[in-house]
Amino acid sequence: MTIVTPGRTPPTISLGELFRGFCLIGLSGFGGVMPWARRYIVERYHWLDPEEFAALLGLGQVMPGPNVMNLSVCIGQKFQGWRGAVVAPLGMLLAPMIIVLLLGLAYLRFGDQPVVHAVLRGVIAVGAGLIIATGLKMLYVYRRRPLALAIALAIIVAVGGLRLSLLPVVVVVLTLGIVLERLWGRR
Amino acid sequence: MPTLAELTLRFTLLSLVAFGGGNATLPEMHRIVVEQNHWLTDATFTELFAIAQAAPGPNILVVSLIGLQLAGIPGFLAVTVAFCVPPSLLMYGFFRWWQTHANPVWRTQIQAVIGPLAAGLVLTGGGLIAITATSASGSWTTVALTAATIPLVLLVPWNPLWWIAIGAGLGLLGFI
Repeated sequence: MTIVTPGRTPPTISLGELFRGFCLIGLSGFGGVMPWARRYIVERYHWLDPEEFAALLGLGQVMPGPNVMNLSVCIGQKFQGWRGAVVAPLGMLLAPMIIVLLLGLAYLRFGDQPVVHAVLRGVIAVGAGLIIATGLKMLYVYRRRPLALAIALAIIVAVGGLRLSLLPVVVVVLTLGIVLERLWGRR
Repeated sequence: MPTLAELTLRFTLLSLVAFGGGNATLPEMHRIVVEQNHWLTDATFTELFAIAQAAPGPNILVVSLIGLQLAGIPGFLAVTVAFCVPPSLLMYGFFRWWQTHANPVWRTQIQAVIGPLAAGLVLTGGGLIAITATSASGSWTTVALTAATIPLVLLVPWNPLWWIAIGAGLGLLGFI
């Protein structure tokens, strides 16, 4: 994969632009930042074309860590080296971190009020539904791939059912999965 | 309660297996923080999750809230750094290497395994929150709201914020 698409000059993006851009992305993302990241980076700022975006996102997904944060590291790095790799994720996280800190402090102070519990009970129930829906969307992509469905099922049983520690489960599933994937290819 | 060093170590290790991002690490976070060490109750854990969901920004900020709850503002900062910096460094190194040694076939194969792995973790995380919330409230309306949310989110392309606001409203009115 070449990062630069032939026939297209990569734009120059300053550290300030990276910071401001990722600031907006971070603040827009309610219940998940990824759709907004795409909207801003590809459609609004034209920092990347759709193929480049997909490629960098894919790289971020094969590494541990939040996918959007990995994506911001790659994009920052691509345009401004290590400085960009620091500034872009910082821009994305800083404002949401302050908001979450204030909410957390309010929770520490007022968390014993019945009305707080009542509101949060509703948010938890909806939040669980949102996450399950996200998981189903992620899985839908693999609906014709028995090996992929088996991997997801193995994870649900091992981590959800048997409550095994995540590290050994990830090591075993990754190793086995990649071996099987190489043997059988795209099934 | 855990020391800052212990929190930092725990969340650094967690960050290195955090495939699929924030919500995918919920089961392991719950295992460490609630089941193994009893640092938080089920009720507090799920409420912190809800606050992170309702706030803008990446969902991983639930780890920062856990740090705040366990060790105040130093805990908030320590856990956030412990969870964000190691994967960022790994990503930086990997991307550097990738720019000169790109191998798309190899990446596609790893992606074909990590994609469903992350999906499984996210489903487990959602299921865990749903089960914990239901056992905490003991009320069928909690399950009903979760179950109703899933098809609505899949079929109606609204900003998730609206669904969260509806959930908060139903909770406020005492339905949940």
